[in-house]
Amino acid sequence: MIVITVVVGMLLTILPIPDWARPYRPQWVTLVLLYWAIALPHRVGVGSGFTAGIILDVLTGTLLGQHALGLSVVTFIAIQLHQRIRVFPFWQQSLGVLVLLLVEHLLALWVVGATRGVAPGLGYWLVPVIGALLWPWVFVTLRKTRRHFKVN
Amino acid sequence: MAVLASLILLVLDHRFQHLERLRSTLAVAAYPLHFIADLPFTTTRWLGEATRSREQLIDEIQDLRAHNLRLRAELQKFQALQHENMRLRDLLDSSFKIGDRVLIAELSAVDLDPYIQQVVINKGATSGVFVGQPVLDARAVMGQIINVTPFASTVLLITDSSHALPVQVLRNGLRTIAVGTGRIDQLKLPYLPTNSDIVEGDLLVTSGLGGKFPPGYPVATVTRIDRSPDAPFSSVQAAPTARLDRSREVLLVWTIPAELSLGSPQPPAGVPPTPDTPDLPESAPAASDAEE
Repeated sequence: MIVITVVVGMLLTILPIPDWARPYRPQWVTLVLLYWAIALPHRVGVGSGFTAGIILDVLTGTLLGQHALGLSVVTFIAIQLHQRIRVFPFWQQSLGVLVLLLVEHLLALWVVGATRGVAPGLGYWLVPVIGALLWPWVFVTLRKTRRHFKVN
Repeated sequence: MAVLASLILLVLDHRFQHLERLRSTLAVAAYPLHFIADLPFTTTRWLGEATRSREQLIDEIQDLRAHNLRLRAELQKFQALQHENMRLRDLLDSSFKIGDRVLIAELSAVDLDPYIQQVVINKGATSGVFVGQPVLDARAVMGQIINVTPFASTVLLITDSSHALPVQVLRNGLRTIAVGTGRIDQLKLPYLPTNSDIVEGDLLVTSGLGGKFPPGYPVATVTRIDRSPDAPFSSVQAAPTARLDRSREVLLVWTIPAELSLGSPQPPAGVPPTPDTPDLPESAPAASDAEE
């Protein structure tokens, strides 16, 4: 079940959307992995983050390791903090998730900047904000999925 | 551990070519995901085509016939010019002939990372696609294949910031290199001295010097030139002629060396060993007009 949700996240990442919206596509896979890392830290760990990242790299054509690096770091932090994040109310969780999404995005920016010399505009930083705003819905949906299929 | 592994992978992938095989293997595994993501688009289009009315189809066929006729008329002129060109080259003792074979492929409706200019097409190794193969659309050069799996391949567009393409100015043959900027509508020519002869509106064509692209295909039009007296190079921008963000169909090109193209129904007149003029008028009547 966890794998299926991550795959859905990957599909959302490569699904065609209008050109103007492409730079603002939220980090679906990161959101899904964060949920599982917080809910079931014994099932989803740094290794899962790394694997999902490599697959995502191949899917989106980025340098191998770009997403893997970000996702491993973010899942690691999420697992360290999972007990604290779990008890927060939604909006505080969103803030925490925002920080994690920013970390992932920053790492990706470093890789892109170091290897390709392309500097994205300020709109680049909107992506984690959009992701954080989506967090409550992602959280509720995935929690329902988890309870319905009794994943633990 | 994972961070270290990622960093090693990053460096390896960026600096060396060894990971291409790993990437290709993983890409095969990723193909179903691309396929699923493409599915809604393909289905809609299929439905649209299946429910088209007879009148629409008849209209379209008539349109296409008219268009085909026009293109054939233009082709006659082109063939005459080609023969003349071959003959002139023969006089100059420079052998130059390539026949190109093309295959039409379609883009998959899949969005890749927004900061790299790559697209996925629906033809792969089973159709004979190979890494480094040039990709065109109906108007101009689009890019080259960088990754092949059995049923799909990835195209690096000429506007990607890691892509550079040897070009020449059609007007005067000035050679330079067109580098991608990472923006889909822009190329830059960073290696032109301030006093070089280039003006806005110049058409850039492939020069064939890189050995990957056949020479003579349109690439871009020069849009802006900034010459500052204190800089050694002028900064020149160009807009790609190919509709990189809109084309659905692309052409894959195989360049066939001279020996093979001899087998084509209309043998090129100017093959070096046989100095010929008499057979020209028969094979292309318009050539005689061009001679006089």
